[in-house]
Amino acid sequence: MSKFTFADGIRQAITEEMERDPAVFIIGEDVGASGGVFGVTKGLWERFGSDRLWDSPISEEAIVGAAVGASLVGGRPIAEIMFSDFSMLAMDMIVNQAAKTHYMTGGKLSSPMVVRMVTGTNGSTGAQHSQSLESWFTHVPGLKVLAPSTPEDAKGLMKSAIRDPDPVMFFEHKGLYVGRGGPAGEVVEIDPIPFGSGRIHREGTDVTIVTYLKTREYAMQAAEALAEEGISCEVFDPRTLVPFDYEGLRSSLEKTGRLLVAHEAPARGGFGAEIAAWAAEHCYDVLRSPVQRVGGRNTPVPYAPVLEQFVLPMTNQIAESVRTLLGKPTIQNQNINI
Amino acid sequence: MTNSLTQTATRAVGIDLEEGMDLLRRMILIRRFEERAAQLRASGLIPGFLHPCSGQEAVAVGVCAALGENDVLTSTHRGHGHLIGRGADPARMYAELFARSTGYNAGKGGSLHMIDAELGFLGANGIVGGGIPLATGAALQLKRTGSGAVAVTFFGDGASNEGAFHESLNLAALWKLPVLFVCENNLYGEFTRQNEHMLLENVADRASAYGLPGVVVDGNDVLAVRQVAAEAADRARNGMGPTLIEAKTYRHKGHFEGDMARYRPKEEVESWMKRDPLVLFPNVLRDELGATEESLEALRQEVEERLSRDIEWAKEQEHPSPEDALQHVYVDSYNGRALR
Repeated sequence: MSKFTFADGIRQAITEEMERDPAVFIIGEDVGASGGVFGVTKGLWERFGSDRLWDSPISEEAIVGAAVGASLVGGRPIAEIMFSDFSMLAMDMIVNQAAKTHYMTGGKLSSPMVVRMVTGTNGSTGAQHSQSLESWFTHVPGLKVLAPSTPEDAKGLMKSAIRDPDPVMFFEHKGLYVGRGGPAGEVVEIDPIPFGSGRIHREGTDVTIVTYLKTREYAMQAAEALAEEGISCEVFDPRTLVPFDYEGLRSSLEKTGRLLVAHEAPARGGFGAEIAAWAAEHCYDVLRSPVQRVGGRNTPVPYAPVLEQFVLPMTNQIAESVRTLLGKPTIQNQNINI
Repeated sequence: MTNSLTQTATRAVGIDLEEGMDLLRRMILIRRFEERAAQLRASGLIPGFLHPCSGQEAVAVGVCAALGENDVLTSTHRGHGHLIGRGADPARMYAELFARSTGYNAGKGGSLHMIDAELGFLGANGIVGGGIPLATGAALQLKRTGSGAVAVTFFGDGASNEGAFHESLNLAALWKLPVLFVCENNLYGEFTRQNEHMLLENVADRASAYGLPGVVVDGNDVLAVRQVAAEAADRARNGMGPTLIEAKTYRHKGHFEGDMARYRPKEEVESWMKRDPLVLFPNVLRDELGATEESLEALRQEVEERLSRDIEWAKEQEHPSPEDALQHVYVDSYNGRALR
């Protein structure tokens, strides 16, 4: 059991960057003395004080707008949107303002800032606190989109995000915060991780599973189970969706010849569709079978555990999709998205 | 809480003739810049939208005259006046309107997004109310760094119905941010008259809901605007937080170039035209500071000649090359290719 949690990774990255650069500050709801709804900013208030943590009213547009405005005049803000579901209230500031500033001004201004957003479900968090909206932001030129799945990656990517000259959308899966127990606080040294560098979590030869955020854990469990059936899975986590490590994906497909994309977001219009389309366009020569996707069903996220587990992709669906790819399905394929 | 300091005296308070002529020069420059832009658009030299600010020049020039060089501004879709008021170069503005690569935004912005970063002018904005949170955030950073500078955001009566306005006023008041919220109330939100989009008569009354002072000023009186803006900037610099300034003014033309604005009563237009700031202020300069008719005419001529030179220069500028479309999507090394 690791002592270094996902929340620790983010907190340590922010702490180290705030110590390195006085321009870095935090703005958001309950980020101050209370330490954030998931405890990510715990202790920072005592350490850095009210000039570095701006504990704001519940005003998402003003929070992100203030971050964008501060970034235009030399600030390096980290804005926290408590749940990514609430980012819609700040969409103008993210999409029309931050994402386009550098472009519209012909390179004269830029908006270096990070928007931290909690994403996905941790069980029964309901339709307005559980969505996976990362694909929305990948569709907007000018934004970078990060989706780490381990505490180490969270730390390294957060350090890069804070130093990055562009607006960065940083997704943190609420199921990852609590995924590893043990006492928090051990400082783990991690260098900034460059964007666009994927990570192979498990080497394999039969199929590449591209996955990120919490779904990576289910993919790893599926790969373990499949290994017992003699199926060898390579688990590839791109870590950043924009920019995406297409070279890394291509290399993996050259080894395996088969691709499954797995994510929690609804399959329809999800980022898996983009990966699948890219592979079909650019890796047709190495593919041995059609690309498969496994994603959430095209429903809102329900409350009842039995319903939620039915609509979200878990270990069994991922494993079954791999079997289907290899022509070895064991049960009726449930990966049908209405 | 609302402090309705209605300033209507068109009197030459606290200025000499030279300063007065400088304010007038800037107001004429705005008016003629846009009138000539309208002609250039009609002749096909300017693509896209233009949202003229004719009639509102005294707000832009009055506010900008109260600011220091480190202060920053955000603007609206009707932003030409604010830029010129701040001292931007009309030649580079025309180059941008002509979509040339030496324009302020390298041809990527146009009228709706024009900036001059060196003047602290953080941009016109295509979204109604979009500049308000940005100025609030700039003010936060100015406060954090102890710069002593203030941020100003211009917006219209229509924008005061947007959530961005209300959230920002609350935030700025709470944190005593050095920001001036300047509402140019020109009576119309696009095609809709103020009394059809809000029940209040004064936008400034909205300030009391957030615990900051609201001030109403005659927006066609450049000196009155300058005075209330200077007072608000002093308050902000002294750590006393934001002020909402409502400048009552009038849009001489339609919402955009080409809108005939037939939705406005003729009598209303005529009565406001009599209060044209470009009529009122020359009268003050003549009657109270002894400006001669010849000197006023010479000023108009000087502006005309300058704009002619600026337009000629802008016409000669290069168009961007198509591949330039891939530049400036991101700041770093991704420039020059679309990031995957």
